Amino acid sequence: MTTAPHCVTDEIFLNMGPQHPSTHGVLRLMLNLDGERVMHVEPDIGFLHSSMEKVAESLDYRQFLPYADRFDYLNGMGNELAYVRAVEGLLGIEPTLRCQYIRVIMAEMNRIASHLVYYGTIGMDTGATTPFLYCFRERERVIELLENACGQRLLYHYFRIGGLRNDLPRDFCTKLRAFLHDFPPRIKEYEALLTKNVIFRHRTEGVGYLDPAVARGYGVTGPMLRGSGVDNDLRRADPYYIYPELEFDVPVLPEGDVMARHLVRQEEMRQSVRILHQCLDKLPAGEINVKVPRRLKAEPGESYARVEGPRGEIGCYVIADGTDHPYRLHWRAPSFYNLQALPAMCGNAYVADLIAILGSVDITLGDVDR
Amino acid sequence: MEILKLIDNWLRGAMTTWFTGHVPLIFVDILAWIVATVVILLFVSLLALILIYLERKVAAYIQGRIGPERVGPWGLLQTVMDALKLLEKEDIVPAAADHLLHTVAPVAFFMISVLGYLVIPWEETVTIAKFVDLNVGLLYLLAISSLAVIGVLMGGWGSNNKWSLLGAMRGAAQMISYEVPMLLALICVVLQAGSLSLGVIVDQQKAMGLLTWNLWHPWLWLPLIIYLVCATAEVNRVPFDIPAAESELVAGFHTEYSGMKFAFFFLAEYANLFMVGMLFATLFLGGWASPFGYPDPLHIPGVLWLLFKAMLVVIFMMWVSWTLPRLRVDQLMSLAWKLLIPASFLSLVVVSIVMLYR
Repeated sequence: MTTAPHCVTDEIFLNMGPQHPSTHGVLRLMLNLDGERVMHVEPDIGFLHSSMEKVAESLDYRQFLPYADRFDYLNGMGNELAYVRAVEGLLGIEPTLRCQYIRVIMAEMNRIASHLVYYGTIGMDTGATTPFLYCFRERERVIELLENACGQRLLYHYFRIGGLRNDLPRDFCTKLRAFLHDFPPRIKEYEALLTKNVIFRHRTEGVGYLDPAVARGYGVTGPMLRGSGVDNDLRRADPYYIYPELEFDVPVLPEGDVMARHLVRQEEMRQSVRILHQCLDKLPAGEINVKVPRRLKAEPGESYARVEGPRGEIGCYVIADGTDHPYRLHWRAPSFYNLQALPAMCGNAYVADLIAILGSVDITLGDVDR
Repeated sequence: MEILKLIDNWLRGAMTTWFTGHVPLIFVDILAWIVATVVILLFVSLLALILIYLERKVAAYIQGRIGPERVGPWGLLQTVMDALKLLEKEDIVPAAADHLLHTVAPVAFFMISVLGYLVIPWEETVTIAKFVDLNVGLLYLLAISSLAVIGVLMGGWGSNNKWSLLGAMRGAAQMISYEVPMLLALICVVLQAGSLSLGVIVDQQKAMGLLTWNLWHPWLWLPLIIYLVCATAEVNRVPFDIPAAESELVAGFHTEYSGMKFAFFFLAEYANLFMVGMLFATLFLGGWASPFGYPDPLHIPGVLWLLFKAMLVVIFMMWVSWTLPRLRVDQLMSLAWKLLIPASFLSLVVVSIVMLYR
């Protein structure tokens, strides 16, 4: 920066949040600004901390299940999947094939719902309010279907250790097929409205570059990593359940900017539709539950299960000590790791860019703070 | 159908009869001006309320929602109730704020936005400024609209809040930058009309209604677009709502305002918006003149035509603003200085050449 010799300019320190319209929750960003330029950004987290990992130590394995929904409240099914897989790994339970299919269906539907929230909020962050409502219109249909299946809109508590709470309702598959039929044209509509918009492209292309090496260093996963050109999707890299039998593409873009991450998520919605179509076609009949003892006691040992959530790798690490509750539970929350890369992406950014970059990280504060 | 003039004449007549012999005649004039001021203030406030309602309905329609529908029939009283709510709210001035600036800013912003209404020709030969056509109306209007930035700066600086300050700085940079291409675009219209008087500009378009509008001159299309873009930026609407960018600066320069002071900013924003609509209608769409020819075969008062046309322009601007994302502050500047200003100079040259050889 050049200034006249008599003119003294100073950076201003600005608190963005914890009450701010677009920090996506109670996140505090400590900014040093030089005019409109962000010189330094430091995320300050913990406003939503609720010690859920500690809580797990005093609850038995079944009782903790509803807490898993509350880590990342936009992706309840995905969290449950990680937890259930970890505990089932500990107990050596293999769910039935039908159960696996239904779990995958639920996780993919939740991925669509979560990406729709992202899609709407990135529009909001860049100043377009209308895509948000369009996305929520479609998300509402997904959520209604999920509510149909388990009676809850966001905090499902649908998976059980060894199975599911209940089988799918009778008309679930027809309704889901109807949604899958209507949805791809809607994605096209959003694409025309937001992604292809000149202003949006100017706001996102080349903004917030994340180097693949830096991303890996921070443990960034999910669409953010794939937007930086690293082909890493756990559904492919470390497949679980029926994913090896399903046909889908993993979108990977090398640009590493906000637009790349945006496009990856947009394409993932399409791929989820593909996966859901296949799951519905192949969905076998049969039992959904396997017999598990009334009182779950795990032998001393440990288990780590990871699944690909909409934000990246959701990992659940459980240590058992022979009682009916975990000795220790650790949650690998993708939002937490992804948020760490924020300062690395904000080099030479404007305040407005910072908001778009934060939107493209797609954090859930419940997931960051736990 | 010169309603306004009739009222003015009646008022002056009545007052002259009442006061003759008691007070000098100048007081009658002053009283008439006061009445006119109150009328225009009421009109602008009412108009802003209607526009806010319209904005919410238009936004709802675009976004697949219903919009206000509970208070009054079709939710018509919603904005009235909102205004009443703002009226009865506590007037909060932050402890660290500059008390005087903080209080004066919304009033200044609102007054400046109202001043523009004085020179718009509502009917044939009727404007509010002394009910005659100001012969430099357009110049006056541009001068007034460039004052609005002072209200923004006062509010942003006086609040002593970093968000407000950022918003005010953005607002100042934006409004001053977009003044330049807007002025150049409007000079093209002045060249076409040969007058700075808005009344004359409308008079030249009225002859055959729709067919003689300035809109149909191809050499005015570029200035028309430039004016519309710049005007959108002048009134801080999406995609140029940078001074009050909600997702970035909380509420920009009016972050620290609440209650009636906030309402003043809000009303002024809509007053400015309608001003743009009216000026556009006056310059390009024949103003008060009927689209079906002169005199109007339908006998609809000119003021209604003007309001109707302005409303169409405003709805178009709302449509745009509920569709587009927001530009970034540097992109905004480069759009103004690298694209709009050269383009407006180009159109100035083109229009001048056309005028020379017409």
